[in-house]
Amino acid sequence: MIPLNHYLFLSAVLFAVSVIGIFMNRKNLIVLLMAIELMLLAVNMNFVAFSRDLHDINGQVFVFFILTVAAAESAIGLAILVALFRNLRSIHVDDLDTLKG
Amino acid sequence: MDFPLLLFYVFGTVLIASSLLVITVRNPVHAALFLVLAFVNASGLWLLAYAEFLAITLVLVYVGAVMVLFLFVVMMLDVNLDRIREGFWRNLPLAGAVGALMVIEMAALFWRAAGSAPAPGAPAPGFSNSRALGSVMYTDYVFPFELAAVVLLVAIVAAIALTLRHRKETKYQDAATQLSARPRDRLKIVNLPSETQVPVQAPQEAAK
Repeated sequence: MIPLNHYLFLSAVLFAVSVIGIFMNRKNLIVLLMAIELMLLAVNMNFVAFSRDLHDINGQVFVFFILTVAAAESAIGLAILVALFRNLRSIHVDDLDTLKG
Repeated sequence: MDFPLLLFYVFGTVLIASSLLVITVRNPVHAALFLVLAFVNASGLWLLAYAEFLAITLVLVYVGAVMVLFLFVVMMLDVNLDRIREGFWRNLPLAGAVGALMVIEMAALFWRAAGSAPAPGAPAPGFSNSRALGSVMYTDYVFPFELAAVVLLVAIVAAIALTLRHRKETKYQDAATQLSARPRDRLKIVNLPSETQVPVQAPQEAAK
Protein backbone atom coordinates (compact mmCIF):
# COMPACT_ATOMS: atom_id res chain seq x y z
CA MET A 1 0.00 0.00 0.00
CA ILE A 2 0.99 3.64 -0.28
CA PRO A 3 2.95 4.99 2.70
CA LEU A 4 2.08 8.36 4.18
CA ASN A 5 5.33 10.06 3.23
CA HIS A 6 4.66 9.43 -0.45
CA TYR A 7 1.58 11.61 -0.19
CA LEU A 8 3.41 14.22 1.86
CA PHE A 9 6.28 14.38 -0.62
CA LEU A 10 3.91 14.66 -3.56
CA SER A 11 2.00 17.52 -1.99
CA ALA A 12 5.27 19.25 -1.01
CA VAL A 13 6.39 19.10 -4.64
CA LEU A 14 2.99 20.34 -5.80
CA PHE A 15 3.12 23.24 -3.34
CA ALA A 16 6.66 24.14 -4.46
CA VAL A 17 5.59 24.04 -8.11
CA SER A 18 2.77 26.47 -7.38
CA VAL A 19 5.14 28.76 -5.43
CA ILE A 20 7.47 28.74 -8.44
CA GLY A 21 4.46 29.54 -10.60
CA ILE A 22 3.59 32.53 -8.45
CA PHE A 23 7.18 33.75 -8.69
CA MET A 24 7.38 33.37 -12.45
CA ASN A 25 3.92 34.58 -13.45
CA ARG A 26 4.01 37.82 -11.53
CA LYS A 27 2.60 39.70 -14.52
CA ASN A 28 -0.22 37.26 -15.23
CA LEU A 29 -3.18 37.45 -12.86
CA ILE A 30 -5.01 34.47 -14.36
CA VAL A 31 -2.13 32.06 -13.87
CA LEU A 32 -1.60 33.50 -10.39
CA LEU A 33 -5.16 32.46 -9.50
CA MET A 34 -4.53 29.02 -10.98
CA ALA A 35 -1.35 28.65 -8.90
CA ILE A 36 -3.33 29.48 -5.78
CA GLU A 37 -5.79 26.73 -6.69
CA LEU A 38 -2.88 24.31 -7.03
CA MET A 39 -1.57 25.36 -3.60
CA LEU A 40 -4.96 24.65 -2.03
CA LEU A 41 -4.98 21.28 -3.78
CA ALA A 42 -1.61 20.43 -2.21
CA VAL A 43 -2.89 21.38 1.24
CA ASN A 44 -6.03 19.31 0.71
CA MET A 45 -3.94 16.34 -0.30
CA ASN A 46 -2.10 16.51 3.01
CA PHE A 47 -5.42 16.58 4.85
CA VAL A 48 -6.70 13.55 2.93
CA ALA A 49 -3.46 11.62 3.48
CA PHE A 50 -3.45 12.26 7.24
CA SER A 51 -7.16 11.46 7.45
CA ARG A 52 -6.45 8.08 5.87
CA ASP A 53 -3.42 7.48 8.05
CA LEU A 54 -5.10 8.34 11.35
CA HIS A 55 -8.49 6.80 10.44
CA ASP A 56 -10.06 10.14 11.31
CA ILE A 57 -12.87 11.48 9.14
CA ASN A 58 -12.51 15.04 10.47
CA GLY A 59 -9.65 15.76 8.06
CA GLN A 60 -11.98 15.13 5.15
CA VAL A 61 -14.54 17.51 6.64
CA PHE A 62 -11.83 20.19 6.63
CA VAL A 63 -11.08 19.43 2.98
CA PHE A 64 -14.77 19.93 2.26
CA PHE A 65 -14.75 23.38 3.86
CA ILE A 66 -11.49 24.34 2.12
CA LEU A 67 -13.06 23.37 -1.20
CA THR A 68 -16.05 25.60 -0.42
CA VAL A 69 -13.92 28.60 0.48
CA ALA A 70 -11.64 28.04 -2.53
CA ALA A 71 -14.62 27.98 -4.87
CA ALA A 72 -15.90 31.25 -3.36
CA GLU A 73 -12.44 32.78 -3.59
CA SER A 74 -11.96 31.92 -7.24
CA ALA A 75 -15.45 33.17 -8.12
CA ILE A 76 -14.80 36.54 -6.48
CA GLY A 77 -11.25 36.71 -7.90
CA LEU A 78 -12.49 36.14 -11.42
CA ALA A 79 -15.27 38.68 -10.92
CA ILE A 80 -12.68 41.25 -9.84
CA LEU A 81 -10.61 40.33 -12.88
CA VAL A 82 -13.57 40.89 -15.19
CA ALA A 83 -14.41 44.22 -13.56
CA LEU A 84 -10.77 45.25 -13.85
CA PHE A 85 -10.63 44.34 -17.52
CA ARG A 86 -13.78 46.32 -18.24
CA ASN A 87 -12.35 49.46 -16.67
CA LEU A 88 -8.72 49.25 -17.82
CA ARG A 89 -8.98 47.11 -20.99
CA SER A 90 -5.98 45.24 -19.57
CA ILE A 91 -5.14 42.83 -16.79
CA HIS A 92 -1.44 43.57 -16.82
CA VAL A 93 -0.14 43.94 -13.27
CA ASP A 94 1.90 47.03 -14.17
CA ASP A 95 -1.30 48.86 -15.16
CA LEU A 96 -2.80 48.38 -11.70
CA ASP A 97 -1.06 51.36 -10.17
CA THR A 98 -4.04 53.54 -9.36
CA LEU A 99 -3.36 53.40 -5.65
CA LYS A 100 0.34 54.27 -6.19
CA GLY A 101 1.32 51.62 -3.71
CA MET B 1 5.41 -3.03 -6.05
CA ASP B 2 1.70 -3.58 -5.78
CA PHE B 3 -0.91 -2.13 -8.07
CA PRO B 4 -2.12 0.83 -5.91
CA LEU B 5 1.46 2.03 -5.52
CA LEU B 6 1.93 1.85 -9.29
CA LEU B 7 -1.28 3.83 -9.78
CA PHE B 8 -0.04 6.35 -7.22
CA TYR B 9 3.17 6.91 -9.18
CA VAL B 10 1.30 7.25 -12.48
CA PHE B 11 -1.21 9.75 -11.06
CA GLY B 12 1.48 11.63 -9.17
CA THR B 13 3.74 11.94 -12.21
CA VAL B 14 0.94 13.22 -14.39
CA LEU B 15 -0.17 15.59 -11.61
CA ILE B 16 3.27 17.15 -11.22
CA ALA B 17 3.86 17.30 -14.97
CA SER B 18 0.52 18.97 -15.66
CA SER B 19 0.97 21.46 -12.80
CA LEU B 20 4.39 22.36 -14.25
CA LEU B 21 2.69 22.92 -17.59
CA VAL B 22 0.01 25.08 -15.91
CA ILE B 23 2.63 27.53 -14.73
CA THR B 24 4.78 27.51 -17.86
CA VAL B 25 2.55 27.33 -20.94
CA ARG B 26 2.11 30.53 -22.87
CA ASN B 27 -1.61 30.42 -23.53
CA PRO B 28 -3.86 30.80 -20.45
CA VAL B 29 -6.53 28.61 -22.08
CA HIS B 30 -4.05 25.76 -22.26
CA ALA B 31 -3.05 26.47 -18.66
CA ALA B 32 -6.70 26.11 -17.58
CA LEU B 33 -7.01 22.83 -19.46
CA PHE B 34 -3.84 21.49 -17.86
CA LEU B 35 -5.24 22.53 -14.50
CA VAL B 36 -8.28 20.37 -15.29
CA LEU B 37 -5.90 17.45 -15.93
CA ALA B 38 -4.14 18.13 -12.64
CA PHE B 39 -7.43 18.11 -10.73
CA VAL B 40 -8.58 14.87 -12.35
CA ASN B 41 -5.30 13.20 -11.35
CA ALA B 42 -5.57 14.56 -7.82
CA SER B 43 -9.06 13.07 -7.68
CA GLY B 44 -7.57 9.71 -8.60
CA LEU B 45 -5.03 10.07 -5.82
CA TRP B 46 -7.80 10.84 -3.33
CA LEU B 47 -9.64 7.73 -4.46
CA LEU B 48 -6.49 5.76 -3.67
CA ALA B 49 -6.58 7.30 -0.18
CA TYR B 50 -10.17 6.06 0.36
CA ALA B 51 -11.66 9.57 0.21
CA GLU B 52 -14.28 8.64 -2.37
CA PHE B 53 -16.78 11.42 -1.65
CA LEU B 54 -14.14 14.15 -1.85
CA ALA B 55 -12.67 12.70 -5.04
CA ILE B 56 -16.06 12.90 -6.76
CA THR B 57 -16.64 16.36 -5.26
CA LEU B 58 -13.31 17.54 -6.65
CA VAL B 59 -14.28 16.46 -10.14
CA LEU B 60 -17.81 17.89 -9.86
CA VAL B 61 -16.96 21.20 -8.22
CA TYR B 62 -13.54 21.98 -9.66
CA VAL B 63 -13.56 20.39 -13.09
CA GLY B 64 -17.27 20.95 -13.58
CA ALA B 65 -17.76 24.43 -12.17
CA VAL B 66 -14.63 26.35 -11.21
CA MET B 67 -12.56 25.44 -14.25
CA VAL B 68 -15.46 26.19 -16.58
CA LEU B 69 -15.64 29.59 -14.89
CA PHE B 70 -11.90 30.04 -15.43
CA LEU B 71 -12.23 29.09 -19.09
CA PHE B 72 -15.13 31.51 -19.58
CA VAL B 73 -13.16 34.38 -18.09
CA VAL B 74 -9.92 33.52 -19.91
CA MET B 75 -11.69 33.36 -23.24
CA MET B 76 -13.59 36.59 -22.54
CA LEU B 77 -10.48 38.61 -21.74
CA ASP B 78 -8.27 39.88 -24.51
CA VAL B 79 -4.80 39.33 -23.07
CA ASN B 80 -1.68 40.75 -24.61
CA LEU B 81 0.49 37.64 -24.32
CA ASP B 82 3.77 39.21 -25.39
CA ARG B 83 3.56 41.89 -22.77
CA ILE B 84 2.46 39.53 -20.03
CA ARG B 85 5.25 37.06 -20.71
CA GLU B 86 8.13 39.49 -20.62
CA GLY B 87 10.62 38.74 -17.87
CA PHE B 88 9.09 35.29 -17.41
CA TRP B 89 12.29 33.24 -17.42
CA ARG B 90 14.23 35.94 -15.62
CA ASN B 91 12.55 34.96 -12.35
CA LEU B 92 13.42 31.29 -12.75
CA PRO B 93 16.66 31.17 -10.66
CA LEU B 94 15.07 32.75 -7.62
CA ALA B 95 11.83 30.78 -8.02
CA GLY B 96 13.67 27.51 -8.54
CA ALA B 97 15.86 28.12 -5.51
CA VAL B 98 12.88 28.89 -3.28
CA GLY B 99 10.92 25.89 -4.58
CA ALA B 100 13.83 23.47 -4.19
CA LEU B 101 14.52 24.78 -0.71
CA MET B 102 10.89 24.25 0.29
CA VAL B 103 10.82 20.69 -1.03
CA ILE B 104 14.14 19.81 0.63
CA GLU B 105 13.07 21.27 3.96
CA MET B 106 9.69 19.56 3.98
CA ALA B 107 11.17 16.24 2.86
CA ALA B 108 13.86 16.42 5.53
CA LEU B 109 11.15 17.07 8.08
CA PHE B 110 8.98 14.03 7.46
CA TRP B 111 11.13 11.57 5.55
CA ARG B 112 12.73 9.92 8.55
CA ALA B 113 9.76 10.26 10.85
CA ALA B 114 7.00 9.00 8.61
CA GLY B 115 9.06 6.66 6.45
CA SER B 116 9.13 3.87 8.97
CA ALA B 117 5.41 3.87 9.71
CA PRO B 118 3.52 1.05 8.00
CA ALA B 119 0.84 2.10 5.59
CA PRO B 120 -2.70 1.74 6.95
CA GLY B 121 -4.89 -0.90 5.43
CA ALA B 122 -8.15 -0.48 3.62
CA PRO B 123 -11.28 0.34 5.63
CA ALA B 124 -13.55 -2.50 6.62
CA PRO B 125 -15.83 -3.93 3.92
CA GLY B 126 -19.17 -2.18 3.90
CA PHE B 127 -17.67 1.05 5.19
CA SER B 128 -19.25 4.02 3.44
CA ASN B 129 -17.09 7.11 3.19
CA SER B 130 -20.04 9.34 2.28
CA ARG B 131 -22.09 8.06 5.19
CA ALA B 132 -19.26 8.64 7.66
CA LEU B 133 -18.62 12.13 6.29
CA GLY B 134 -22.30 13.03 6.37
CA SER B 135 -22.85 11.71 9.88
CA VAL B 136 -20.04 13.94 11.14
CA MET B 137 -20.89 16.94 9.02
CA TYR B 138 -24.54 17.16 9.99
CA THR B 139 -23.92 16.67 13.71
CA ASP B 140 -20.58 17.99 14.95
CA TYR B 141 -19.94 20.37 12.09
CA VAL B 142 -23.46 21.61 11.44
CA PHE B 143 -22.68 25.22 12.36
CA PRO B 144 -19.55 25.42 10.14
CA PHE B 145 -21.62 23.77 7.45
CA GLU B 146 -24.19 26.57 7.64
CA LEU B 147 -21.37 29.11 7.67
CA ALA B 148 -19.98 27.55 4.50
CA ALA B 149 -23.38 28.02 2.89
CA VAL B 150 -23.33 31.70 3.93
CA VAL B 151 -19.81 32.04 2.46
CA LEU B 152 -21.09 30.71 -0.84
CA LEU B 153 -24.06 33.08 -0.72
CA VAL B 154 -21.75 36.03 -0.06
CA ALA B 155 -19.58 34.90 -2.97
CA ILE B 156 -22.61 34.80 -5.28
CA VAL B 157 -23.77 38.26 -4.20
CA ALA B 158 -20.26 39.74 -4.45
CA ALA B 159 -19.55 38.24 -7.87
CA ILE B 160 -22.85 39.52 -9.26
CA ALA B 161 -22.45 42.94 -7.65
CA LEU B 162 -18.94 43.27 -9.09
CA THR B 163 -19.81 42.36 -12.64
CA LEU B 164 -23.36 43.68 -13.01
CA ARG B 165 -23.69 46.80 -15.10
CA HIS B 166 -26.80 48.74 -15.99
CA ARG B 167 -27.14 49.56 -19.64
CA LYS B 168 -29.25 52.47 -20.75
CA GLU B 169 -30.82 50.69 -23.70
CA THR B 170 -31.95 47.71 -21.67
CA LYS B 171 -35.64 47.73 -20.79
CA TYR B 172 -36.38 47.15 -17.14
CA GLN B 173 -39.70 46.38 -15.47
CA ASP B 174 -40.92 48.82 -12.85
CA ALA B 175 -42.36 46.64 -10.13
CA ALA B 176 -44.26 49.51 -8.47
CA THR B 177 -46.06 50.39 -11.69
CA GLN B 178 -46.83 46.74 -12.28
CA LEU B 179 -48.31 46.29 -8.82
CA SER B 180 -50.38 49.47 -8.89
CA ALA B 181 -52.09 48.53 -12.17
CA ARG B 182 -55.83 47.91 -11.88
CA PRO B 183 -57.87 45.86 -14.35
CA ARG B 184 -60.51 48.59 -14.72
CA ASP B 185 -57.87 51.02 -15.99
CA ARG B 186 -56.63 48.72 -18.70
CA LEU B 187 -59.59 46.61 -19.76
CA LYS B 188 -62.81 47.95 -21.27
CA ILE B 189 -65.71 45.58 -21.91
CA VAL B 190 -67.95 46.72 -24.79
CA ASN B 191 -71.42 45.36 -25.39
CA LEU B 192 -71.84 44.51 -29.07
CA PRO B 193 -75.02 43.17 -30.69
CA SER B 194 -74.38 39.80 -32.22
CA GLU B 195 -75.03 39.37 -35.98
CA THR B 196 -77.95 37.11 -36.90
CA GLN B 197 -77.74 37.13 -40.72
CA VAL B 198 -74.60 36.91 -42.69
CA PRO B 199 -75.05 38.32 -46.22
CA VAL B 200 -73.87 35.84 -48.78
CA GLN B 201 -71.76 37.31 -51.55
CA ALA B 202 -71.63 35.67 -54.92
CA PRO B 203 -68.07 34.74 -55.82
CA GLN B 204 -67.08 37.15 -58.57
CA GLU B 205 -63.99 35.29 -59.65
CA ALA B 206 -65.68 31.94 -60.17
CA ALA B 207 -68.31 33.43 -62.55
CA LYS B 208 -65.76 34.62 -65.06
